[in-house]
Amino acid sequence: MSVGTAVIRKDARAKVTGKARYTDDQSMAGMLVARYVRSPVAHGLVREIDTSAALALPGVEAVFTYEHVPTTLFATAGHPYSLDPDHRDVADRLLLTGHVRYQGDEVAIVVARDELTAKRAAALVRVEYDELPVCTTPEAALAHGAPAIHEGGNILERTELTFGPPVAEAMEAADLQLDGHYNTPVVLHCHLENHTAFAYMDDNDHIVIVSSTQIPHICRRIVGQALDMEWSRIRVIKPHIGGGFGNKQDVVLEPMVAFLTLQLGGVPVRITLDREECLVATRTRHSQQVTVRAGLKRDGTITGIEMDITSNTGAYASHGHSIPMAAGSKFRHLYPRTAIRFTATTHYANIPAAGAMRAYGSPQLFFGLECLLDDAARSLGVDPVELRLHNVARAGEITTPDGGTRYAVAIARCLEQGRDAIGWQRKKKELQNQDGPVRRGLGVAAFSYGSGTYPACVEIAGCRLVLNQDGSVHMQIGATEIGQGSDTALAQMAARTLGIDYDRIHVVSQQDTDVTPFDTGAYASRQTYVAAPAVHEAAERLRQKILAACSGLTGTPARELELAEGRIIRAGEPAEEIMSLGELALSEYYHKERGGQLVAEVSAKTVTNAPSFGCTFVDLAVDIELCQVTIHKIINVHDAGRIIHPLSAAGQVHGGMAMAIGMALFEELLIDPAGGRICNGNLLDYKVPTCTDIPELDCAFVEEPDPTSPYGNKSLGEPPIISPAPAIRNGILDATGVAINELPMTPKLLFREFRKAGLLPG
Amino acid sequence: MQQLPITLRINGRAYSMDVDVRTSLLELLRGLGFTSVKEGCGVGECGACTVLVDGVAVDSCLYLAVWADKRAIRTVEGECADGRLSPVQEAYIEEGAVQCGFCTPGLVMTTTSFLEQRENTPLTREEIARGHAGNLCRCTGYQTIIRAVQRAADKQRRSGRR
Repeated sequence: MSVGTAVIRKDARAKVTGKARYTDDQSMAGMLVARYVRSPVAHGLVREIDTSAALALPGVEAVFTYEHVPTTLFATAGHPYSLDPDHRDVADRLLLTGHVRYQGDEVAIVVARDELTAKRAAALVRVEYDELPVCTTPEAALAHGAPAIHEGGNILERTELTFGPPVAEAMEAADLQLDGHYNTPVVLHCHLENHTAFAYMDDNDHIVIVSSTQIPHICRRIVGQALDMEWSRIRVIKPHIGGGFGNKQDVVLEPMVAFLTLQLGGVPVRITLDREECLVATRTRHSQQVTVRAGLKRDGTITGIEMDITSNTGAYASHGHSIPMAAGSKFRHLYPRTAIRFTATTHYANIPAAGAMRAYGSPQLFFGLECLLDDAARSLGVDPVELRLHNVARAGEITTPDGGTRYAVAIARCLEQGRDAIGWQRKKKELQNQDGPVRRGLGVAAFSYGSGTYPACVEIAGCRLVLNQDGSVHMQIGATEIGQGSDTALAQMAARTLGIDYDRIHVVSQQDTDVTPFDTGAYASRQTYVAAPAVHEAAERLRQKILAACSGLTGTPARELELAEGRIIRAGEPAEEIMSLGELALSEYYHKERGGQLVAEVSAKTVTNAPSFGCTFVDLAVDIELCQVTIHKIINVHDAGRIIHPLSAAGQVHGGMAMAIGMALFEELLIDPAGGRICNGNLLDYKVPTCTDIPELDCAFVEEPDPTSPYGNKSLGEPPIISPAPAIRNGILDATGVAINELPMTPKLLFREFRKAGLLPG
Repeated sequence: MQQLPITLRINGRAYSMDVDVRTSLLELLRGLGFTSVKEGCGVGECGACTVLVDGVAVDSCLYLAVWADKRAIRTVEGECADGRLSPVQEAYIEEGAVQCGFCTPGLVMTTTSFLEQRENTPLTREEIARGHAGNLCRCTGYQTIIRAVQRAADKQRRSGRR
């Protein structure tokens, strides 16, 4: 059985031997390179722009400024198109702008024959600005009389959601009401491959874009909109991609390379951002202020939760308008018997644009919620694990929208398993009454998430299976492999349903919107869940076609035939091979009168969205004098349904945990509030964790197959990042009694808080 | 711009050419088709461009092509001989240390050099971590990379070969 085993990843060999070709590993004769001219000021209007010196430089082919680009505003967020005009993304971008909104905004672009010339030419474009007041924080951006960053003002979106009974009544029924205010920083994706794309025009005058994108089909549509071209005249090709984490779930370079090739008669033009550009001029994670109020009964029952979030989307909307809505809709599944009121305000500011990043607003939200619950547990004298066990979702409690099916829910078992793995009860006793300079603590936090975007967006996936002459099968899928292992997981599914070996499934890893079945791409932790029905159905259809063809050849009724390990056998008689798949395929392809190529293609929509759950347990030590946190043991336990590929699943968990540890302890993009200057926009000063910063990472799975997936699986790619940061914070609280309500919990912040608490001399 | 003649070996094969003195080893190698050598930052922060120069792991983005004159360069393309993966490459696959793969060639070369310099010496997690701290990876949390290094070391010890 290929599902559930750690088969060799489809792309592993190509990647360890250097054969895997990424966007930048491809070139074309005569390819030009383009480089942006970026604003050094965080807010202003271009007064004058002079491109003559740049144009005079030998090797420069063209310079375009904001005066030369289409005036149609477009949205960049990588969401599916919506039939409802009110649900479409916010169109607030032009290819280049004369109104710069953050340090790094794009006013012009030079195109040259080589990179060095492009760099020199970009530096020769002389731009003068009329500076405008800079707002980097919510306080400044939302202040009365603040300068408008966009025409409609600085508020991008207000969000309001309620679940369950009225919160006011629920709060009144509580024995304890507690408030907390939590801040999260701007965090960067730091995928190892920077954004890169090139475009050229083919002999039909279509624009072909090769890009490091998570969302080829969405990208095609947005480029069509930005350039006011028919979508079918845009073709997007996605080769291997060096990580995305949501930053490539946005259309960043593609409309520009398409515009440039269109302007330059179809010659190939490439834009590859350098690391410093990629860190600040693509997208970031939203910095949020999270205010939570909870009502609890003495026994730990959470009666009501009120949450208000202020989300800083920076210079452009990107995904900003939808992130609080998405996170606000997903957290209720964790505590479904609690009344919830959720509000959010998302605003513009003169800082880099925030967009989608792994778990899409949930890490910020759960940092607030799970910290407050630990504060509440302390106030009530209730064990924090017990408090969660008392309130989390129970089996059978959450159903599909039509009420017809109960989703799998195993969060309580995750909490119990994590508690045992960390040795919670024993250590809790051992760690009482510590008073030395180094103190141990235990922390816990839980989360819930979705397995896609339905019903907010359409969920559609496509799969095409072709039987080859040699009995192997080519598999084309719209779902994009971005390193997470989706090609492998989907091939495992197809192999299982078809009844052939995993090694006999060849995945066409590269998406090409001219030929790849439609799928909206890698985001929302959706792919294995949403593509599974399409893969299952296509495999089932191909299997039936194969058996029918064999029946036609042999006269044996199809119901008496079976496909097992790539051979057609008599049902239930593995020893009795009727024929091999290769023999059947050759006959189907080449018999002069009968048969044909055996192909199955399915496009399937998913109208369910299985909640997935999990928790983090951490055992850590705090050196109070050095203000240093050392993690001794950290474990994530996930309820992600059936695990398709154990090794890749663990890999997703490790990666998310490490990213969360970075967010918890080290990472923050620093921006000077006075002028909007970015202080650490490089990999030396922005503290992305190295090998020495990350402790041993542990993970476990409680496998409760979900009935809404043909393979029982739920989301896993994004969720692991959600709960480690609050668990670490709760561990520090347990160790020291000091509640740190801000990230990252650096020595500098701990020093301030420990002094405030009297642990260190003032 | 000034050109200088150099001769070097890349993955065991001899090359002679004139190079622009400004060219980095990274640019030279990629231009010759060794595209496993990835540029992640161009300034020695990420390690994605790690290659071995006379057995020593270097960031090829910070290493001028002219410095490679009369030296032997190894990239990950050369580690797979006659279709047989090196023990390090095998270990990366077996431990699931490959995800997006962009840091992988650089990391495989760092591990290769790391283990060649420590043949048959027991390795602690901390030593492995320190030895790989110059290579950033954002996918794995380094967990499987450390396991892969341990596994590759075991393989080498068992087989007694490099």
